[in-house]
Amino acid sequence: MTDTVLFYLFALLVLGGGILTITRRSAVHSAIALIVSLLGVAGLYLLQSAEFLFAVQIVLYVGGIMVLFLFVIMLVNLDEAARQRQFSKQWWIGLAAVILVGVQVFWFLSRGAGAFRFAAAPETAAIDPGNTERIAEVLFSEYLLPFEIASVLLLVAIVGSVVMAKKRI
Amino acid sequence: MHPITTTHYLALSAALLLIGTVGVLTRRNIVIILMSIELILNAVNINLVAFSHALQNVNGQIFAIFVIAVAVAEAAVGLGILIALFRNKETVLADEVDLLRW
Repeated sequence: MTDTVLFYLFALLVLGGGILTITRRSAVHSAIALIVSLLGVAGLYLLQSAEFLFAVQIVLYVGGIMVLFLFVIMLVNLDEAARQRQFSKQWWIGLAAVILVGVQVFWFLSRGAGAFRFAAAPETAAIDPGNTERIAEVLFSEYLLPFEIASVLLLVAIVGSVVMAKKRI
Repeated sequence: MHPITTTHYLALSAALLLIGTVGVLTRRNIVIILMSIELILNAVNINLVAFSHALQNVNGQIFAIFVIAVAVAEAAVGLGILIALFRNKETVLADEVDLLRW
């Protein structure tokens, strides 16, 4: 019961924030709406007992990426862009294509809902080690190589963004 | 009140993905296009965590962590490109950047 109410509350936050993000004229308003949407997603993670991802979502997305976005919004002069037309000339083609794809996706979801009944989940151990411990065990054993590759990717991204933002390349 | 199933999460994730796609396809402001890409990646993460919860297997959450790492890298590089673009062309509108158009 509580889960159902919370799910619909967070779904409202996610979808309402998303729609506001893509419709607002001012980029700062869009960023605030996106923060609401990301917090809703974090709530959904908590609802599915993914506590580690909940913390990562808030610290990294809301605390990291959104500050980066707001920083760039302040750095780049958006007043001129806000006065102009907000949607591209071919907006109706994009909207029509998305509606077509959306009808297909939801048709398949409604038809295939029965296929999502999985076999009973394996019993968890008597002493549940907790979400973060389980993630750490798998991440640092089975997924050690992808983890290291991700760190190299982040290094490349740091160097790339510094080079991009430099005065003269 | 019926209980929440995996299908609910999949429908929510599909809706968020479509909202993000509309943003990418129709907006002119590059900052908001980058924000829409973040929405799309979050929709993917909701999907991964929903299946991870349904199957009681943490591999989905680990993939969500990798998706978040890629999203951070993408946002940093994209905003760096945006700053370089604004310094050279004085615009943040995607359809006014037509240096490669013949």
